[in-house]
Amino acid sequence: MTLGTGRILVVDDEPAIRRLLRTTLQAHDYEIVEANSAATALSMQRESNPDAIILDLGLPDRDGLQVIAEIRAVSAVPILILSSRDDERGKVAALDAGADDYITKPFGAEELLARIRTALRHRLQQQGSRPLYECDGLVVDLVRRIVTLDGLELRLSPKEYALLEQLVLHAGKVLTHKHLQKAAWPADADMDIQYLRIYIRQLRGKIERTPEQPTLLMTEPGVGYRLKGA
Amino acid sequence: MPANDGRDLQRPSPDALLTQAQGEQRGRLKIFLGAAPGVGKTYEMLSVSRRKLREGVDVVVGVVETHGRIETETQLDGLEVIPRRQEIHQGRTLLEMDLDAILKRHPQLVLVDELAHTNTPGSRHPKRYQDVQELCAAGIDVYTTLNIQHVASLNDVVASITRVRVRETVPDSILEQADEIELIDLTPDDLMQRLREGKVYHGEAAERALAHYFTPSNITALRELALRRTAQRVDAQLRQQRRVQGIDEVWAASERVLVCINESPGAESLVRYAKRVADRLGATWTAVYLETERSRQLSESQRDTVAQTLRLAEHLGADTLTLPGERIADDVLRICREHNITQVIVSKSRRPRWFEWLHGSVVDELVRKSGNITVQVLGESNNAAERSAASATGDSTRPSINWGKPGDYLATAFWVALATLVGIAIDRTAGMANVSLIILPAVVFSATRYGLMPSLFGAIMSSLCYNYFMLPPLYTFTIGDPDNVLAFFAFIAVAFLISHLTARTRVQAQFAREQARTTAELLNFSRRLAGLRKIDELMELTATQVAQMLRVEAVLLTPVDGRLKLRASMPTIASLDEADLAAATWCLEKNRPTGRGSDTLPGARRLFLPLHNGNNGLAVIGVRHSDDEGRLEPDKRRLLDALSDLVVIAFERIRLARDVDQAKMLAETEKLRTALLTSISHDLRTPLASILGSITSLRSYSNLYDATTREELLATAQEETERMSRFVNNLLDMTRLDSGALAPRLEACDLHDLVGSALNRTKKLVAQHKISVHIPQDMPMLMLDFMLMEQVLVNLIDNAAKYAAPNTTIEVAAQMHRYALALEVRDQGPGIPEEDVLRIFDPFFRVKQADSKTAGTGLGLAVCRGFIQAMGGRISASNRRDSNGAVFTIEFPSRIVAKTLAPTETAA
Repeated sequence: MTLGTGRILVVDDEPAIRRLLRTTLQAHDYEIVEANSAATALSMQRESNPDAIILDLGLPDRDGLQVIAEIRAVSAVPILILSSRDDERGKVAALDAGADDYITKPFGAEELLARIRTALRHRLQQQGSRPLYECDGLVVDLVRRIVTLDGLELRLSPKEYALLEQLVLHAGKVLTHKHLQKAAWPADADMDIQYLRIYIRQLRGKIERTPEQPTLLMTEPGVGYRLKGA
Repeated sequence: MPANDGRDLQRPSPDALLTQAQGEQRGRLKIFLGAAPGVGKTYEMLSVSRRKLREGVDVVVGVVETHGRIETETQLDGLEVIPRRQEIHQGRTLLEMDLDAILKRHPQLVLVDELAHTNTPGSRHPKRYQDVQELCAAGIDVYTTLNIQHVASLNDVVASITRVRVRETVPDSILEQADEIELIDLTPDDLMQRLREGKVYHGEAAERALAHYFTPSNITALRELALRRTAQRVDAQLRQQRRVQGIDEVWAASERVLVCINESPGAESLVRYAKRVADRLGATWTAVYLETERSRQLSESQRDTVAQTLRLAEHLGADTLTLPGERIADDVLRICREHNITQVIVSKSRRPRWFEWLHGSVVDELVRKSGNITVQVLGESNNAAERSAASATGDSTRPSINWGKPGDYLATAFWVALATLVGIAIDRTAGMANVSLIILPAVVFSATRYGLMPSLFGAIMSSLCYNYFMLPPLYTFTIGDPDNVLAFFAFIAVAFLISHLTARTRVQAQFAREQARTTAELLNFSRRLAGLRKIDELMELTATQVAQMLRVEAVLLTPVDGRLKLRASMPTIASLDEADLAAATWCLEKNRPTGRGSDTLPGARRLFLPLHNGNNGLAVIGVRHSDDEGRLEPDKRRLLDALSDLVVIAFERIRLARDVDQAKMLAETEKLRTALLTSISHDLRTPLASILGSITSLRSYSNLYDATTREELLATAQEETERMSRFVNNLLDMTRLDSGALAPRLEACDLHDLVGSALNRTKKLVAQHKISVHIPQDMPMLMLDFMLMEQVLVNLIDNAAKYAAPNTTIEVAAQMHRYALALEVRDQGPGIPEEDVLRIFDPFFRVKQADSKTAGTGLGLAVCRGFIQAMGGRISASNRRDSNGAVFTIEFPSRIVAKTLAPTETAA
């Protein structure tokens, strides 16, 4: 497993969480910068120019969404949200405001590291994208627009392909329902979520070996979908 | 007698002190009493008030009538006058005292002239003295003026002296309530001098007054009355003083007076007389009306007279009783013994001699049996005008006679004719004598069937037939044989007596039947009341019952947040008008009958009676005749009282039951809270203990453990943390459910997706189990809350994994029926003990496990039920029939199926 490298800004007002993140991430050779408030976070972001930001939404001095917006105004740095379980709306709002992904408290170290790797990779992809996705026998070639499972070519409808393309482009990252709808139905953003669910089901029927227990195209309850990172 | 008894007797009686103390909180009432108009009451009142004003007392004038007298008007200068209220009545503008303005202004002392004044209809009270009582009750001192002829108990006496009956009276009780009475005395000569000088009335009025009312003898007599009344009052004050100071009573035994009233117009005089007797003796007194079968036959106006007389007695300070009776003399004496009556007052009978000779005289019997009780028999009222007025009111003063229908006479004639024919047949064929007896049964029969008058008709007819057909010479109305003359008259006498007796029995039977019906209805009502659980039902039932039994329109109101609210009505009405609502409110506040036919707010359309349990006003019942006239007859009023008593009891019972329920619920809640605390502390502490234990040993003794042990400790810490996390999640879900903050967001969900997601989340928990999913491919989209439904599935799968042994299969199956969706989670565990099947979804309920391994949190299934119910479905648990194990079934109605959308690809 390749260890990631880079500078990560950790923003949380709980010292215990900051300590946990610091020790875990430092052990994986990340450089850590810490902030305990939104104000400090913004100035740190300017000064230290981190490669990724881990941001707790419940900061004492400012609304988390506002922090995301302010960062996004000046930088495209990947932002990971730390949020609680029952706050699906908050997660969606943060993702729509420009956050890249989220981790639900309490979280395990593996999950945290996987998210950070995805975020950092995503940053690299923005600079020079990788048009080929390979995972568990599924191969998606975005240049040639060919999808194969265990070497057999799959026939996807245009909408199915549009959805898969988005998922592949952001593999490992959560995509909100809205994001996917916008990608597949650009003309009709407010359309019934039922269409999306139907297409996801159809897509699963084609790319998953056991569609009733999916392993690649995962549901993020209340938020959206995530394609397993390659 | 022990020595201390003597001291006890000297101690003031608590009642007397209480009365005095109440007098101290209330405003003081001072009456300026005069023998006649013009003696200078108002003048005196004003000059006393001016003195008070100079002493610094806050005095205002509520109402003062100067009658244009200059001396009096000058006395008004410098006094604050509360402007009078304008009332328009029958096109005329009248000025009335503004009671509310005075209450609002709340002076120390208010002047209210002419206590006996009658207010304009529509005012709060019909009489001014009631306004004064309210002012006193509000703690305001009141000065008022009164002429002696307005005192209720003296009304008759004054009328007999002056030949002028005064309509406006005040009850004697108000004189007794007065803290001070000042007699304004003027010699007759001086008064007449003032009259002549035009100081009282002007011009012609003065002359008319001199000629008719203000004769020297009249004035002297009135003056004597006023002086005597004041002296009586001084006497009473002295007695009160003695009682308060504990001085022993001067008189030996207390006297009690009973007055028996009847429907005659003279009854009012009787009551007034009784009041005077009672006053003289310093006795309490009671007025009684005995209801006999005769009461049934009274006309409406006579019933009204009885009711009015009873009200007058109440007004004059008597206790009033209405009791059913049979033999008046015996009943009266029984009441006397029960109430320790020492004197009975009755009126002389107006019945003719022969009637008493036949029926016996009540008075005679009473006197004969009275023993040591004094019986006063009063002569009839000699006021002819009164009697003629009473008979002129239209209704006959005699008992109304039930003449019966013409058909009844025809039928009677038929039966008599038939009997006569049978008699003739027997006479002719058998030649038997004395067949007259054959005819008599016809008379008896018609008496039982048709009542008195038709049977008397039958008696006459049968005697004629007897004479004509059976007494020789036949077919004439003459009688030949002198023997037969005797037989004939005996026949007539028997016929009449029988018809009379039988008809009377019939009336009694009818009366008894009606009574029995009323009793039965009351019994039935009380039975139905016993079954009620809700106040609303009680109100509905009461309104219906009152309306039905009294043949009136009934409404029921209860106080809600301090305002009366209409709770039930029969026939149904939407709301009450302002006047009625005001009357009802007053009724509840003062716990007194209010509205039409009562003393207070008689302008209202209904009569309101309070339902009171002794401490609180519970409700108000309002009744109204549907023809919008007439007051409630005494018997209906009594029936209403009986119904009210039942309702109050039912009301109390329901409230008590509700209180008990609430107490029980509180206890349950308390129990649940204790269980919750126990459970939470257990479920949080146990994993914490494992986690802390594992981590501390790792930190302290890391070097002692090999890699496997370290791994084991770490795994324990992680598993326990995850378990705790699940528990906290369930706890939070439970809290959300309990607080009602859960609002499901229903959206189209794919069941495959839901189950997949749930299985993904429980991957670790079911790692040792086999999972089998059966969902039809054509399963439609369902309108559910994805998050809630996923949590339900996670909890059910978690539960299955917990109880079923490793390597068994957990099945998730769904099926769409025509009307419902059924989703099942089946395991191959030990199943659920039968007795726990229903309780398994209760919070903190756990099925006991033999080896008490991984016990559940007791919350997971409770959360499931809460979430499913919030989404409109239901969940149940049972045991599998096909194998061991439990099955949890979730059912949703088919309306949760999302509307099918247009073909997919074209939707773009």
